[in-house]
Amino acid sequence: MSNLPVDEAIDPLTVTGRPDGWNRPPLIEPDGEGELLEVAMGPHHPSTHGVFRMDVALDGERVIRLKPVFGYLHRNHEKIAEGISYLASMPYTDRLDYICPLTNNWAYALAVEKLTGQEVPERAEYLRVILGELTRFQNHASSIGFLIQEMGASGTPLMYAFREREKILDLFEELTGARMMCNYMRFGGCRVDPTAAWLDKTRKVVAGLYGFTEEVDRLLSGNEILMARTQGVGILRPELAVNAGVTGPMLRASGVNYDIRKVDGYSIYNRFSFKVPLGDHWDVYDRYMIRLLEMRESIKILEQALKDIPGGPVMDPKAKIRGFRPKPGEAYGRIEAPKGELGFYLISDGGPNPYRYRVRPPSLINLTVLEDMALGANMADVVLIFGSVDIVLGEVDR
Amino acid sequence: MAVDEGLKIELGKQGVLVTSLQELYNWGRRNSIWPMQFGLACCAIEMIATTMARYDLARFGAEVFRPSPRQADMMIISGTVTKKMAPQVVRLYNQMAEPKYVIAMGACAISGGPFKQGYNVLKGIDRYIPVDVHIPGCPPRPEALLDAFITLQKKIDGQHLTGEGRPRHLDAEAQGEFPVPVQGEHDLEPASNPGVWTVPVVIR
Amino acid sequence: MKTVEEIKAAIEAAVPGAGVEIVPNPSVSGQHSLRLDPATARAVGKFLHDDTELALDFLSNVTGVDWPDKEIAEKVKVTRTVTKTVDGVEQSVEETVDETRKRVEPGCLEAVYHLYSVTRKHGPVVLRMRTVNRTGQVSLPSLTPVWRSAEFQEREVFDLFGIVFEGHPDLRRLLMWDAFTDHPMRRDYVEPDDFDYEPTAHDEVLARAQAHKDAAGQGTEAGQ
Repeated sequence: MSNLPVDEAIDPLTVTGRPDGWNRPPLIEPDGEGELLEVAMGPHHPSTHGVFRMDVALDGERVIRLKPVFGYLHRNHEKIAEGISYLASMPYTDRLDYICPLTNNWAYALAVEKLTGQEVPERAEYLRVILGELTRFQNHASSIGFLIQEMGASGTPLMYAFREREKILDLFEELTGARMMCNYMRFGGCRVDPTAAWLDKTRKVVAGLYGFTEEVDRLLSGNEILMARTQGVGILRPELAVNAGVTGPMLRASGVNYDIRKVDGYSIYNRFSFKVPLGDHWDVYDRYMIRLLEMRESIKILEQALKDIPGGPVMDPKAKIRGFRPKPGEAYGRIEAPKGELGFYLISDGGPNPYRYRVRPPSLINLTVLEDMALGANMADVVLIFGSVDIVLGEVDR
Repeated sequence: MAVDEGLKIELGKQGVLVTSLQELYNWGRRNSIWPMQFGLACCAIEMIATTMARYDLARFGAEVFRPSPRQADMMIISGTVTKKMAPQVVRLYNQMAEPKYVIAMGACAISGGPFKQGYNVLKGIDRYIPVDVHIPGCPPRPEALLDAFITLQKKIDGQHLTGEGRPRHLDAEAQGEFPVPVQGEHDLEPASNPGVWTVPVVIR
Repeated sequence: MKTVEEIKAAIEAAVPGAGVEIVPNPSVSGQHSLRLDPATARAVGKFLHDDTELALDFLSNVTGVDWPDKEIAEKVKVTRTVTKTVDGVEQSVEETVDETRKRVEPGCLEAVYHLYSVTRKHGPVVLRMRTVNRTGQVSLPSLTPVWRSAEFQEREVFDLFGIVFEGHPDLRRLLMWDAFTDHPMRRDYVEPDDFDYEPTAHDEVLARAQAHKDAAGQGTEAGQ
């Protein structure tokens, strides 16, 4: 059981207030038969999402309380960022959600551009969309792989997902010089201009991605075990999802049509035609399906962007990327990252470093509803529900 | 008694295997290192990528990731160790059975890396547990992790079973368990384990 | 979407006695914010959430900001009487002199909320609340009962800034361990001195490693 020191263990049975207006499912009371069991899952545990702990109270096999415990990867990103210049924080953003570094770069660049009013050349916008959608594709692919891994299908789907991911990482590496920590976007554009050969190679890779979604669809969507394990499990009602600030594929799987690419129309997303898939059963299977469908929509966007990408500079020649001092003020910029709404809130006091630097982490806020989804579920399903949230601890704890 | 290498090869061709207990023991040890399924941060993703088809860690006899420390031989510290996590890391290490090895993967595990200035970041895991191989990088590429495996295998291969410098599990005096730091009001207590780590002297 | 002035008017019409103040944002982003009076903040939140026209049903971001006590140096013109020798005769003369006076502006902790609407697809509306000071009176009303997404974020602000949210259902530390007593995101937080060894050539870190050695009485590194 738990080998944590006593003072650190939290009693999940001490129920605290449950204000009205949250639309939470009712708490389950123990039925009085048998013994209650308290299990500390983590921070080291066999699932693939890193150092995260859940204090679970069980009545037999049923979960009656669940308290997540965070902070095992709290790396003080915000504190460090307040002591360094705006540009110096860019490589740190790579390490927030380390599966999708480029969307993190993008959100941060967008927030700084809002703060300083910089313009981004058209070619750079296209590049950002291409890289952002490639990132979304590989994130959803690995996320599906991890989800199936947590169902006990050790290896195969994750191997397939990583095969695709490696192809996309090769593109990133060729363009930015790094497989994972790309550090590619800058305020007012992108760091390097891709060659025509890179764009051709990307077109080839994108043409092959359809095959992967087909393969996943054929392999998994109708799979009896997957359907039995995920359908009707971990239901999240839309009212609760909105109230709890859930965003991204989780929110859309609950049937709420809210995609920041459509709502804010940031960058040049209004030029592309794509659909926003929505779920109607609000369960783990829907979250799997939404990710699969979003991968297909990403391919559509990629094809359009790769067809239309114009020539020109990738950096605004007037843009200052280092040593600038924004006017005092503040800005909140957000994008639709693969995991949800990723926002950066910056306050400038006129100095070279941000006065306040805040990351709005979608993974952390999506976990707010973990207990509600897990109440009454079996212990084995908790890992599955947790996997369907799709979190990365680097972003949860920062 | 050492056997001449040429003679050994010649006898091998005739179907006669000549070896020493030490060689046989080390051969067995080095080719079945089971790592613990234990990821901390960014580097864990590269660790997973290493086990996947393209890099295929299985070629080195180390693909069996065990979720339980009792069944694992090696711990890959794959990422930033925070002060909140450090006691758990030491405790997991203590729970592993001898012989056990540690690879510190990435800049954070070695020294805190880019997050060194963070108040909650441990400035190197070797302050609490002994580390066999350090791999620099942020994160190290899968090839670098493979290289660390090979380095560890070479290290195991070169060990003598008796005398000075013998493996820890064959030394009755050697320490196998290390004190777990306590989370205090401001910091971990103690800030490092003097039995494992002392401030290195920089010679320039 | 309504402008901040219109939202302010709507709030004041709906919640009597709500002291709402517009905080202009001089940056090009133009995201002006509304400062709420903590006494009525939850009623205002409820109104913003339930109002059909605003329908701010999605609380995106909650964060804290630390504004430490500021020492402001001001130049003041002061008139004073000086004794001077004019033409060999001592006289008292009135003279105007510039004098620098120091004034301490008390600091505070601030909580910032970013609201959006999922149904109407607009936003953001930025709300702010300030505590009385940074030491004793650091409590603010929690908005978690209105928007559940504040649950973990307010816990984080409590952990890192030390703002106590009254009415929060489960106010515990989120990121640091429970025995920890400091609030590390405050500007005056002193980090633990653990820079005893520094192999990199990063200036600031090297300076801190040297400071650690001086404090421990070890002197400079051998071999330098």
